[in-house]
Amino acid sequence: MKTSFKLNGQAASLDLDPRTTLLDALRENLGLKGSKKGCDHGQCGACTVLVNGRRINACLSLAVTHEGDEITTIEGLAQGEALHPVQAAFLEQDAFQCGYCTPGQICSTVGMLQEAADGWASLVTDDLTADTVLTDAEIRERMSGNLCRCSAYPQILAAIRSAGGVA
Amino acid sequence: MKPFTYERPADVTEALAMAAAAPGARFLAGGTNLVDLMKLQIEQPTHLVDVSRLPLGQINETSEGGLRLGATTTNSQVAADAKVRARYPALAQAILSGASGQLRNKATTAGNLLQRTRCAYFYDTTKPCNKREPGAGCAAIGGIYANTAIFGASGACIATHPSDMAVAMSALDARVEIAGPNGQARAIPLDDLHRLPGETPHIETTLEPGEMITAVVLPPPPTGDQIYRKARERASYAFAIGSVAVAGGKVALGAVAHKPWRARAAEQALAGGASPAEAMAAEMASARPDGHNDFKLKLMARLGAACLTTTGAGDGQ
Repeated sequence: MKTSFKLNGQAASLDLDPRTTLLDALRENLGLKGSKKGCDHGQCGACTVLVNGRRINACLSLAVTHEGDEITTIEGLAQGEALHPVQAAFLEQDAFQCGYCTPGQICSTVGMLQEAADGWASLVTDDLTADTVLTDAEIRERMSGNLCRCSAYPQILAAIRSAGGVA
Repeated sequence: MKPFTYERPADVTEALAMAAAAPGARFLAGGTNLVDLMKLQIEQPTHLVDVSRLPLGQINETSEGGLRLGATTTNSQVAADAKVRARYPALAQAILSGASGQLRNKATTAGNLLQRTRCAYFYDTTKPCNKREPGAGCAAIGGIYANTAIFGASGACIATHPSDMAVAMSALDARVEIAGPNGQARAIPLDDLHRLPGETPHIETTLEPGEMITAVVLPPPPTGDQIYRKARERASYAFAIGSVAVAGGKVALGAVAHKPWRARAAEQALAGGASPAEAMAAEMASARPDGHNDFKLKLMARLGAACLTTTGAGDGQ
């Protein structure tokens, strides 16, 4: 089935078996191996990409449903040699060990910071009608969909705090 | 995944016609539950009708002073909506306590309601399950798994409905708007959407074949405070082992039954002047734990009483 979307700013057209997930299309059909397959069931967040600016699990989404969407993967965040501020913050804060979860963590952070900028609340937001303040508790709650088996969470938290302009 | 064909309708009428024309068709919205189960071949639709782009993604005021949540509004969209946050805080809290940010961005209002009622053995295809294969038996009964039903279970199934959102909607007296393949439309209380398992636990809702949820309608918010509280085995991104929604004098419990459990005995006790603890005791009197899930009796009694105390629902409202 023919499917077209915009991937990291470039047009992409594919002829796919409808069973192909967005994650498999990115990795196997388009050769972008940055998005990782961890659990393949939406439990670990390693496959997180941005679709029309919002973070989703690429493993649970069929590629054919993304006709016309704008998809951003870890490969599309940097501007040439200039790293995205979240990428730079992860490097600066040493926010990884093995690195397998890192592309998902970074894409999820970019999406999460936009959600916070849009004023979205989280479960640990005391006042649902107040402005969003990204405390450590807020960052932890909002990032709970991304697991790190190496448990680099303190550094990931520091990186997000830094990238979010809250440190 | 088993092979399937795929279509993307332009409107509700076309979606209903496409589903009616293809036996074995399923509606696909966010897909966070359906696609997952298709990978495991627990769900094997032969045709997918992608309803995710139907014009059902709006949150609108109703003439009665409530809100109509379109079927394909995302969980994130509803939880972030200023009107929902101001007037239905229990619903915003319930949604935000469910799943992860990524999943909430994809999951929809109707899809959340229609996710499968399930337990760990439902996913274990090496074990019998009356939901996967009617008549096969239930491995959860007597199995090593505690997050099972204490209300309304049967000898065929003890699974629970995992939604947080639906528990708050139940306490808020939400109604579900449904469209059918022959042009018919109807609306039912949310409490009538999901079934208890009985001898047919593979039939989880009262939807007729080919019917589609088009919206959830919230009546005007009730007088009195609202709250949603969830107990679980880790602080975030885990299913409830028990949850409570209170809205005014209405109470619903989650993770205790095959459906969001409206605690009508507790509500009646409250209306009769009972204390929070007495009201929960009245509800829990009909609970039937199975040995593995006995802990839910005290958990729900205490969680419920705490929510009723916090909201003041036991103060004669």
